[in-house]
Amino acid sequence: MRRLPLISFAIIGTMIFVAVFAPWLTPHSPIDQSLPDKLLPPFWEEGGSTEYLLGTDIFGRDLLTRLFYGARVSLIVTGLALTVGGGVGLVLGILSGYVGGKLDAFLMRVVDAAFAFPTILFALLLAVTMGQGMDTLVIALSLFLWAGFARVIRGEVLAIKQRDFVALARVHGSSPARIMFVHIMPNVLNTFMVLLTLNVGVIIVAEASLSFLGAGVPPPTPSWGLMVAEGRGKITSAWWLSLIPGIAITLVVLSFNLFGDWLRDRLDPKLRQL
Amino acid sequence: MDSAPVLEVRNLHTHFFLRRGVVKAVDGVSFALRRGEVLGLVGESGCGKSLTALSILRLLPQAAARTIEGSVLLDGEDLLAKSPGEMRAVRGQRIAMILQDPQTSLNPVFSIGNQLHEALARRPDNTGRSLRERAVDVLRRVRLAAPEQRVGQYPHELSGGMKQRVVGAIAISCAPEVMIADEPTTALDVTIQLQYLDLLKELQSSLDMGILFITHDFGVVARMCDRVAVMYAGRIVETGPVREIFDNPVHPYTQALIASVPKLRRKTGRLRAIEGQPPALSDLPVGCRFADRCPHAEPRCLERYPEAVNVGENHSASCWLAA
Repeated sequence: MRRLPLISFAIIGTMIFVAVFAPWLTPHSPIDQSLPDKLLPPFWEEGGSTEYLLGTDIFGRDLLTRLFYGARVSLIVTGLALTVGGGVGLVLGILSGYVGGKLDAFLMRVVDAAFAFPTILFALLLAVTMGQGMDTLVIALSLFLWAGFARVIRGEVLAIKQRDFVALARVHGSSPARIMFVHIMPNVLNTFMVLLTLNVGVIIVAEASLSFLGAGVPPPTPSWGLMVAEGRGKITSAWWLSLIPGIAITLVVLSFNLFGDWLRDRLDPKLRQL
Repeated sequence: MDSAPVLEVRNLHTHFFLRRGVVKAVDGVSFALRRGEVLGLVGESGCGKSLTALSILRLLPQAAARTIEGSVLLDGEDLLAKSPGEMRAVRGQRIAMILQDPQTSLNPVFSIGNQLHEALARRPDNTGRSLRERAVDVLRRVRLAAPEQRVGQYPHELSGGMKQRVVGAIAISCAPEVMIADEPTTALDVTIQLQYLDLLKELQSSLDMGILFITHDFGVVARMCDRVAVMYAGRIVETGPVREIFDNPVHPYTQALIASVPKLRRKTGRLRAIEGQPPALSDLPVGCRFADRCPHAEPRCLERYPEAVNVGENHSASCWLAA
């Protein structure tokens, strides 16, 4: 049995904590500019001050504050995209696997098409047509997510529906909807939970990439990807602008992936030692 | 035994329509089941026993399988003429089923009580007891030890025999008129098998159900059944009271099946196996389907299928030799 990933838990916990309590944790605003304080280095560097622990950006905004508020954006976008994309994938996967036949063939071809389509390009297209914003971002990410969920869940359902309890539920006069969502769905929830956690990292990176490219959250709202993008011009003189948000993304994504791996082992009865 | 049958199947044909041809899996099956009677449906694998059961419930496995002819009368109502909604009310209320493998017959994510509640909730109870009390009560009827604890347990915490009892409890929870038991003891070990058969007998007499008992085991038939229908290649070849069939089997296939069962008392030497394979269901001969494995086959056996003839009281066989 894999040990509990304590460091991952701590990092994820910290991220959620700062995201929720951001306004109370810092005296600065993430948006208001203060030009006299611009481009201050972190406090341990020469010229840094303890008022701005991780330094300031070109507009004199506190980097730590923007990091906190950026965690908020990441979590909201991730949560919404996973709810919408994962939920749609779950329902369509169950339908496709249980009903089978033409519906299954059709849905799986749509999944193939969704996989074939370049996500980033699609998100850029959406940003151009619908305008930048969190809603566009969530839609783009959901459209990318549902296909993976649907395919994996469908596979699980194909195996589960062969089992006798499904046949007996039918013998007992349960309607197809009841069999799908009362009898089969709880059996795929383990897989669904693992998919959710493993996709958190993917979504955070995707959100950061899209914001970096300018198709994500519009400035001045802080987003980790946007912060990396804004700082890249100054990478030689003010390294902290890009590097610190980059480290934050790396740590959080790694933590979510380790957590997802742990959860998968934990929920898999074959690997569990009682 | 002369009461009207609770379940009557007449000339049932269920075929698979595949690209490579028509597979006549059930090809003209007729039988009647009375209340309080156990009818054994016996035959080797692939002869259409289970498919007959699924045709009765109208739960055919694939889009390719269709019942194209015949009728299934439950108390005189034709199930094949019912709408899907009416059919759902029949299943689980009036006809219940037990399947072979208790390991997969219960949903692993719900507790035993939970799964019973679902079946019990469909049947109104005016004694004012809670679902939990009723669940414990049903578990007690199937003689499951410590039912109060079992309702909170999950399927993986129970043994195979216990699980099959729970499946039985779910099946009787709606007081069905007919129970279809599809090899319910095959997956259980031998000591548990006997207990389970006794339990089914007991439940049957207390509920006055008719049981359609599907098996390939003549030993089980002798213990369980009142009457037997022997099935071969999609048709019933011989039917009669169980003692009649054992003492005086007429059809060569029945004779061969009985000869292949080991007997404890008599020394029989080597057991006799039936040579050859049953005919392919997609390419059936015009004559008797057992002809090419039959030691007594004559030219007329290959030319025409023998009609069923009465060879004794309630005992009929489809064989030219009996005619």
